[in-house]
Amino acid sequence: MTVPQTPPEDALVIAGRAFASRLIIGTSRYSDPETMLAAIEASGAEMVTVSIRRLNLQDRSAESPIGLLRDRYTILPNTAACFTAREAVLTAKLAREALGTNWVKLEVIGDEDTLFPDVPELLKAAEQLLADGFTVLPYCNDDPVTCRKLSDMGCAAVMPLGAPIGSGMGIRNPYNLRIIRDQVSVPLIVDAGVGTASDAALALELGADGILLNTAVAQAENPVRMARAMRLAVEAGRLAYRAGRIPRRLYAAASSPEEGMIERDAID
Amino acid sequence: MELKVNGKKTPFDGATLQELLAHLELAPDAQGVAVAVNGEVVTRGEWRARALCDGDAVEIVRAVQGG
Repeated sequence: MTVPQTPPEDALVIAGRAFASRLIIGTSRYSDPETMLAAIEASGAEMVTVSIRRLNLQDRSAESPIGLLRDRYTILPNTAACFTAREAVLTAKLAREALGTNWVKLEVIGDEDTLFPDVPELLKAAEQLLADGFTVLPYCNDDPVTCRKLSDMGCAAVMPLGAPIGSGMGIRNPYNLRIIRDQVSVPLIVDAGVGTASDAALALELGADGILLNTAVAQAENPVRMARAMRLAVEAGRLAYRAGRIPRRLYAAASSPEEGMIERDAID
Repeated sequence: MELKVNGKKTPFDGATLQELLAHLELAPDAQGVAVAVNGEVVTRGEWRARALCDGDAVEIVRAVQGG
């Protein structure tokens, strides 16, 4: 893991830690570990997510490729597939013990088909984990009220979805994301639903501080190429946001000068 | 005694969690694993002192791929 001496220009800062990359990437659903490693490298990400699962006691030969990542990347464990605050809190504590980090991507799922969060359980889990000293990055729906609650209680970021996990639908509600951006002062990471590069660029243009994606890269036909595209998209979207775009107009505003036009009547 | 280890009924004739884990070739200095007994994490420093009882549920986990 690289530890910069001075923070990079326009760094993403979460809980006092600076990241040059605004892209956080997941480690699942790749065809093989080599592709996973190459895609993560191409993405420029500095932080990767992992999940916590039972050790296979019958077959110990299968080495988790996560070991290959620990020296090079910041590992962010998730509480994926937890449906209650109790499960999520236990998983987070196991992750802390296994990985030596108190950072957690908190997921408390309310529905198996949409994988949308169970908001009451999410809030309960966040409160408990914050009280136990965790740095909590909660995956949540794109609801400004929920995001405000999570931010106010002390979460290090809010991570509203763009669309359901793995759906590739992109940013379904850009207006809610802009409202969340307005109302919440902690870093805003769009997490879930990104499908292709333009979705990533849009998220950053809307003012998100970063994005988290997995399936869009891992399941692309060429994951390494898509990872590179996402890296560029995140950079482009962030630059566009900082550049200050022109407003949208209903009518035209001519872009060439009006004066000095040749006499129209002089043309035969 | 009979334990449930990672969801599977497992006979055990030792006394402590550390003995159970040693039997599974997991030493306290094993990297990247974590253990819970009956829904509570038992840190590696506590493995030796933690006595196990008949019916205890032990979960042994590690980090794998995830999004």
